[in-house]
Amino acid sequence: MAERSFAREVEDLRLGDGDTFRGEGILAITKALLQSGVSYVGGYPGSPISHLIDVLGDAKDVLDELGVVFQSSANEAAAAAMLSASVMYPLRGAVAWKSTVGTNVASDALANLASGGVTGGAMIIVGEDYGEGSSIMQERTHAFAMKSQIWLLDPRPDHECIVNMIEKGFELSEASNTPVMLEVRVRACHMHGYFKTKDNVRPSFTIKDALENPVRDLGRIVLPPAAYEHEREKIAKRFPAAIEFVKRHKLNEFIGPQDAKVGIVLQGGMYNNVIRALQYLGLSDAYGRTQVPLYVMNVTYPVIEDELETFCRDKDHVIVVEEGQPEYIEQAVNTALRRRKISARVRGKDILPMAGDYTSQVLLNGLRRFIEESEPRLLGNRPPAPDPSPVLALAEVQKLKQTVPERPPGLCTGCPERPVFAAMKLVEQELGLHHVSADIGCHLFSILPPFNIGATTMGFGLGPASASAFNVKAGKRSIAVMGDGGFWHNGLTSGIGNAVFNKHDGVFLIIDNFYTSATGGQDILSSRAKNPRRTTNNSIVKAVKGIGAKWVRQLDRTYDVGRLRDTLKEALTTKEEGPKIIVASSECMLNKQRRVRPQIDGAIRNGARVVKERFGVDEDVCTGDHACMRLSGCPSLSVKQLDDPLRDDPVASIDHTCVGCGNCGEVADAAVLCPSFFRADVVHNPNAFDLWRQRMTQRFIGWLQARRERQGAAA
Amino acid sequence: MKDETVHLPLGAAGPAAERPISIAILAMGGQGGGVLTDWIVRLAETEGWVAQSTSVPGVAQRTGATLYYIECMPPQDGLNPILSLMPTPGDVDVVMAAEYMEAGRSILRGLVTPDKTTLIASDHRAFATVEKIAPGEAIADSSAVAQAIGVVAKREIVFDMNALAARHGSMISAAMFGALAASGALPFPVDKFRALLQGEAKGQNSSLAAFDAALDRATAPTPAPSESPENAAPSQLALPNDVLDRIEREIPAPAQDMARRGASKVVDFQDAAYAQDYLDLLARLRAADEAAGGAARDYAFTTAAAKYLANAMAYDDVIRVADLKTRASRRARVEREIGLKDNQVLQTTEYFHPRAEELIGMAPTAWADWLNARPRLVGWIDARMNKGRRIKAYSAFGFATLYAIAGMKSRRPGSHRHAIEVAHRDAWIERALEAVARNYDLGVEILNCRRLIKGYSDTHARGLSKYDRVMAAIRKLEKREDAADWARRLREAAIRDASGVTLDGAIKTVESFA
Repeated sequence: MAERSFAREVEDLRLGDGDTFRGEGILAITKALLQSGVSYVGGYPGSPISHLIDVLGDAKDVLDELGVVFQSSANEAAAAAMLSASVMYPLRGAVAWKSTVGTNVASDALANLASGGVTGGAMIIVGEDYGEGSSIMQERTHAFAMKSQIWLLDPRPDHECIVNMIEKGFELSEASNTPVMLEVRVRACHMHGYFKTKDNVRPSFTIKDALENPVRDLGRIVLPPAAYEHEREKIAKRFPAAIEFVKRHKLNEFIGPQDAKVGIVLQGGMYNNVIRALQYLGLSDAYGRTQVPLYVMNVTYPVIEDELETFCRDKDHVIVVEEGQPEYIEQAVNTALRRRKISARVRGKDILPMAGDYTSQVLLNGLRRFIEESEPRLLGNRPPAPDPSPVLALAEVQKLKQTVPERPPGLCTGCPERPVFAAMKLVEQELGLHHVSADIGCHLFSILPPFNIGATTMGFGLGPASASAFNVKAGKRSIAVMGDGGFWHNGLTSGIGNAVFNKHDGVFLIIDNFYTSATGGQDILSSRAKNPRRTTNNSIVKAVKGIGAKWVRQLDRTYDVGRLRDTLKEALTTKEEGPKIIVASSECMLNKQRRVRPQIDGAIRNGARVVKERFGVDEDVCTGDHACMRLSGCPSLSVKQLDDPLRDDPVASIDHTCVGCGNCGEVADAAVLCPSFFRADVVHNPNAFDLWRQRMTQRFIGWLQARRERQGAAA
Repeated sequence: MKDETVHLPLGAAGPAAERPISIAILAMGGQGGGVLTDWIVRLAETEGWVAQSTSVPGVAQRTGATLYYIECMPPQDGLNPILSLMPTPGDVDVVMAAEYMEAGRSILRGLVTPDKTTLIASDHRAFATVEKIAPGEAIADSSAVAQAIGVVAKREIVFDMNALAARHGSMISAAMFGALAASGALPFPVDKFRALLQGEAKGQNSSLAAFDAALDRATAPTPAPSESPENAAPSQLALPNDVLDRIEREIPAPAQDMARRGASKVVDFQDAAYAQDYLDLLARLRAADEAAGGAARDYAFTTAAAKYLANAMAYDDVIRVADLKTRASRRARVEREIGLKDNQVLQTTEYFHPRAEELIGMAPTAWADWLNARPRLVGWIDARMNKGRRIKAYSAFGFATLYAIAGMKSRRPGSHRHAIEVAHRDAWIERALEAVARNYDLGVEILNCRRLIKGYSDTHARGLSKYDRVMAAIRKLEKREDAADWARRLREAAIRDASGVTLDGAIKTVESFA
């Protein structure tokens, strides 16, 4: 089960004609798919599109009513391959993932799909994780669209526009027999907004109809000679069809006055920031009434040359606003205008930055320079534009630079992965540094302080594979870390199978927390929850043994730091050959708390006897060395200043958010740190025996304490 | 520059050249920034405005710094405003920071400017990992944030919203919503804010209580000093009169407070007689201070000695730990910390990991020497001793065990560990005495180096080794005029960095010229 319930959001999927949807962009997209009459949806979770997968996962009834098949795909390649249902049949289908990482994984299937072409509308929703706050390498999906000839939609960040582009996108796909990608940036996915909804559409031709009436056409299969024909068909038929459709349905927008010497060509996604930048320049109001003509490309591939010609013909200067690099659109605009002998000068990344977010601030500077150098009269008296630089130059603010600490994301309070890295740290102290290949997932936070573990990360599920070169006899072995999510995504074959087959001697640590936690806690094959719609509880250990691994250890409580440390040491030193595989399992604490806490609170309210645990520190025993924190980094374990002039250093302190996972005590024990930690067990609604026992021991303890008082006084 | 640009009249873009109200919220993952964002959006919508919010809540970012951004504006002539998805530095109306260093971060991002921005910030601290993992004090300086706020914010509402929310059983988001209502930065009446919370399904009573309290606190002319300091000074033991008299007589006034605290600490550690030892040693150090002209320096040497001598004499051993854990005051403190209620039962589990070393430490000197001469026997003992032991402090057996260990206190002065500590302490005192006669400040710095020794087991050993290396390095440069300065730098290098790399570097530097 996902980390939160989407029952309320599911209700939004039922909105009908004339209702108003209010909510997140990615949920508006989900609703738009149902309005477009999709027959099937798939995808792999990951920010920023996780919620699409989550909501559909909870929307069984709605989907059943509409006859829509929804799959939580094994990975993005599986999701992309799912679109093959639209190749021969008039079925509309959509898949979604985080991009460009997901598109990388999916690109084999996408290339095949795009080559043969589609009959039913095929839509790929990509959450473009680019710019500030992104968690991946900075690349553009645009390249994939161009190389495989998949149309790329980049709508204005406005729910109405996005929804419209999805509906039109399916039609475009069908009109041009080509899959379509819809690119939405992170902030647009999480953007709160509104649109007027329509009734959901039940597909007239269903998956069932297709299954019962199979069709095949050799000409759609990517094999010579059909493959050569596909390329010709792309150019001769599909490309013109798409251009015709985009023009006819006016998917791109001409905004503002039509007679001006300068103009802006922009990606739809850049529209809001461009308007704001123009407002700072006094060239637009807040409602988008701009004095500079805009050509808004809600379709960024293909470039519609006729429209460009119309826009640029009577202009002296145009600027292309295109986020990310390389500047594909700018190049295309240049080519088109030069071929058509249109003389407007094309500006773009010569004055706008090549890389990074195009924020209003960046666009303000770039557009100001563009207009200054082309049509300065437009700028008039120049209203004062926002400028933080005088403030940033103040001595007080400069000093702050040295003060404010970095605060990267980290493992949650009680995270079961923390003790794994604490154990690795202890092994490091004993056996020295090792080469550690990291993977994608929450566990990647190990690369940051306090653990500082992990040398490379090569992609989801590829941690073990990225250790594969280190396969020689040496004084030390490589260690590869991978999560359960990565394991099922591809790591079982690319990592473990690869290591078994190639007789790799390294250590492979699989961290199993029962969910794909980093993407929001979706179920996977090895999840231990019972999920009526999926088959769960499939053992990772059985899988690796099934693929031929011999040395396999399962630890079912990661909080046992001592045992983990010993197992790791054994794996690093054993004489046995072949991969040493350790599966460390404990439930993701965030999901566990969400599941368990309401139950516990309810039980306490109902008067049941419940023992609640949390940890504490004896501040007079703690000496303020913080060795415990260098093996933890838990948000609930912090420092506090004592108001005691005899003590210099702040002592450890555990706040009320502690969930009693036990890591502190285990680490203090395994690392032989100090006896300041204690676990406090509080019995709620104690029974008569609990109370009697406490009364008796407290009486005995009181007697002993009084005795010591007397001795102290006597001395 | 093109002259023609200056003389032209500014053509207004339209009737509404004004911009939307913009609000940036800086919070840490898990603080409820999303809830607060949601409230503000719904409030604006209820008032007929168009509101847009965005964020980048990477799903796993539970603890990292996050930013939520809201813009809102009324529609006009059937047109909705075009709202931006990211704050523009220098153009933010309200910045709300759910933690003090996050307020600092908002300033560094240029979001807070004096012409525009109302800054609403909670001045509580949630320490970042880098502040926690140094082997000593590494907490960021909050006063730097306060100073910056003073010069960059147009208006500020700053108080501990976290504590206020906790007092009302609510989350910080409710308190911040109250502070926003109080600020008047949004043109909506306070009642509308409250009505929104009243409509909440969950926890509306506590949210409303926190909201109202924050509203009062933010609008109060002078803040009531309601927050009681969490870390009240540990109550000092009542010292015997003869000890107090001696301090009065023998210790110069500037060092008396520290001497009383130090004496309390050693009495607490051992007994009143031990305090007399403390004062004997302190008297010797004071005499050297006097001779070195300490009167002109406020007796800094004696004050440092009063502090670190007490710490050196009250070393951390198993007996002390057992003693502290078996006190009535300790249980009271734990009960308070976890908020134990009357009809609940408490048990604590203590995590001990004794080694042969601790056992031998407790033994009388002669026995310990005999044992230490037989490493194989010690190894045999360690093999049996050296493992984690969990003791339930409030069970009869567990408590009795700890109580018995604490009872070894009377034998402590004759123990092996004590002999080691005394020898180490005396050597340290001699170094300080030797130094102070020649270079007063270096004498003080040598006393201060005692700070490096702390902790148990390996941690203690690491501290000792750092201390030894720092002292050895000081030896090399003690003749220099700026020796004290170098001693301080070496010590700070040792405190800041657990790996010892910084200290290695500092020592190399010293060796290059010494």
